[in-house]
Amino acid sequence: LSRIGDELYLEPTESGLSLRTVNSSRSAFASFLFAPLFFQRYEAGGSQPDGEHFRCKVLMKSFLGVFRSLPSLEKTVGKCLILLKPQASRLVVQLHCKYGVTKTHNLAFQECERLQAVFDTQRCASSLCAPARVLAEAVVHFPPTLAEVTLEAGPGGRISLRNYMEDEAERSKTMVTELCLAEDEFQTVAMAPGSRITFCLKEFRGLLSFAEASNLPLTIHYDVPGRPVVFSLDDAVLEVHLVLATLSDMESNLQPPKANGLSHLPAPSDDFTDDLESYMIAMESSAYEEGSGVPPSPTFPLRTPCAAESDPEEEEEEEEEGAVPGTPPHKKFRSLFFGSVLSPGGPGLAPTQEVLAEDSDGDY
Amino acid sequence: MPLSAQPPASGQQYLLAASLDNARHLSSLLRAVHFQDHATCFATANGLRVTVEDAKCIQANAFIQAEIFQEFAVQEESVTFRINLSVLLDCLTIFGTSSLPGTSTALRMCYSGYGYPLMLFLEEGGVVTVCKINTQEPDELLDFDFCSTKVVNKIILQSEGLREAFAELDMTSEVLQITMSPDKPYFRLSTFGNAGSAHLDYPRDSDLMEAFHCNQTQTNRYKISLLKPSTKALALSCKVSVRTDAQGFLSLQYMIRNEDGQICFVEYYCCPDEDITESEL
Repeated sequence: LSRIGDELYLEPTESGLSLRTVNSSRSAFASFLFAPLFFQRYEAGGSQPDGEHFRCKVLMKSFLGVFRSLPSLEKTVGKCLILLKPQASRLVVQLHCKYGVTKTHNLAFQECERLQAVFDTQRCASSLCAPARVLAEAVVHFPPTLAEVTLEAGPGGRISLRNYMEDEAERSKTMVTELCLAEDEFQTVAMAPGSRITFCLKEFRGLLSFAEASNLPLTIHYDVPGRPVVFSLDDAVLEVHLVLATLSDMESNLQPPKANGLSHLPAPSDDFTDDLESYMIAMESSAYEEGSGVPPSPTFPLRTPCAAESDPEEEEEEEEEGAVPGTPPHKKFRSLFFGSVLSPGGPGLAPTQEVLAEDSDGDY
Repeated sequence: MPLSAQPPASGQQYLLAASLDNARHLSSLLRAVHFQDHATCFATANGLRVTVEDAKCIQANAFIQAEIFQEFAVQEESVTFRINLSVLLDCLTIFGTSSLPGTSTALRMCYSGYGYPLMLFLEEGGVVTVCKINTQEPDELLDFDFCSTKVVNKIILQSEGLREAFAELDMTSEVLQITMSPDKPYFRLSTFGNAGSAHLDYPRDSDLMEAFHCNQTQTNRYKISLLKPSTKALALSCKVSVRTDAQGFLSLQYMIRNEDGQICFVEYYCCPDEDITESEL
């Protein structure tokens, strides 16, 4: 999680303890849900009067500081106790170590809104599942500095991973690495033929090393370019999701933003809620349109790259003043739909928007 | 390999002359107190004491008894001089710091007296190096007046238990708070950093605890930047004794066993931090 975001959101629920994070450009979200069985003892504690569970977020650095040295932790620590004390405004992590030694860390936290990315794996057109090892071995061939990689379902059941370059000019100078995997290396494959998505490799690598270490198969759900890709790990006591934004593509069945009635993309402002309002409008209006493309993102303009193998099509460049901090230079990813927890099957929160609000003081 | 002793120039008697088969016995100990460039060396017939101080708040002493040396001769009752410890350490480890089994650097140290440099003759594998390090006027040293009769609380711990704790101390905290008490939490190290507070508790019946003599509950704070260098001494030692007196002065004594099984001591004295505020529970 620390490879993605700087803040760790903790949310204890009846179904377990959820740890989540999001990156600064809101293009990557990850959540780890530890079922109560994972713990020796799990008490979600009383809920607040409004039926909500207490949530908080801590600085990732502070939390990691508690578990600083993993090898010695394994040798010396017997038990770890995590307590949330709202009255004292402290998250207490207590490690019971060898020789009766107790290490108690009282971390300051901030209350926060629910952090939830809207995604629905059921609506994804393609999915594949492979042991983490297969993907880890594939990814190792790419240079560590590579930012984005393209996953493609090629002809003849060929599944390939290729490094992504955005410019024609770059292509002649950089080394192109393409790795093809056979269908039988995967446990399940349900890829829409010719489908392709491009996502950020750095954040994916973080999840991959966890998956390898825990020896779990990794499932990839994706849809059309521009819609997020969801990586999942599932186990009896743990459920992990990593949701990454993907590059949108000229070839996808996409309506230009203007057609949606949202003729003017609001410029990215510091006030996230404004963006959210317009975004919610876009979400709701597009929901009624059949076969519509992805709703326009208010915070990130569309940038349509040249598809690598297709005939050169006009590149639509959109000038964007004030690049959003954290966005990779020269590329704009579709933002994830943060905001309303509208995913079907969600715990009956639908009508009221669970708005993800930025920190009121905007620090960090 | 023992160094064939360099005979002093005929007629000249060194005020201090010492020989050591393995210079590491000296260099590793000096490293444990090396948090300032300068040190004061004090030699008597009992041995050598090297003192380093900082900010008038902290003092570290390394003791190397005469028995550790193959030869240790002091002509007067005591010989004192101030020297650049960084340079001394560089010279002692001039043949490198990696310790290959079987090879060691032999040392002969000679000091003629006030105004003369400290002479070091180092030999390893037939190669001899001669170093001359200028000495200075010794400074007046702090006297913490810490004697065993005034000790209020004392514990002796196996260093193994503290090593990791000290290495991982939250350095964003300005102070290290030490609580010693006959009741819970017995022995507690606390820091108050940017992330929040952290407490490390050692129960009195822990296997690590060799001796526990706490008469009074005392909580004292010490500047963490001053105590952090003691981590080096802790890393070398097998046991450490922690003592405080009525004023809250802290004495840390480290028992260090060298490669040949000989015992040396390093001690750190520290004043409590003056701006004491209510400690966080």
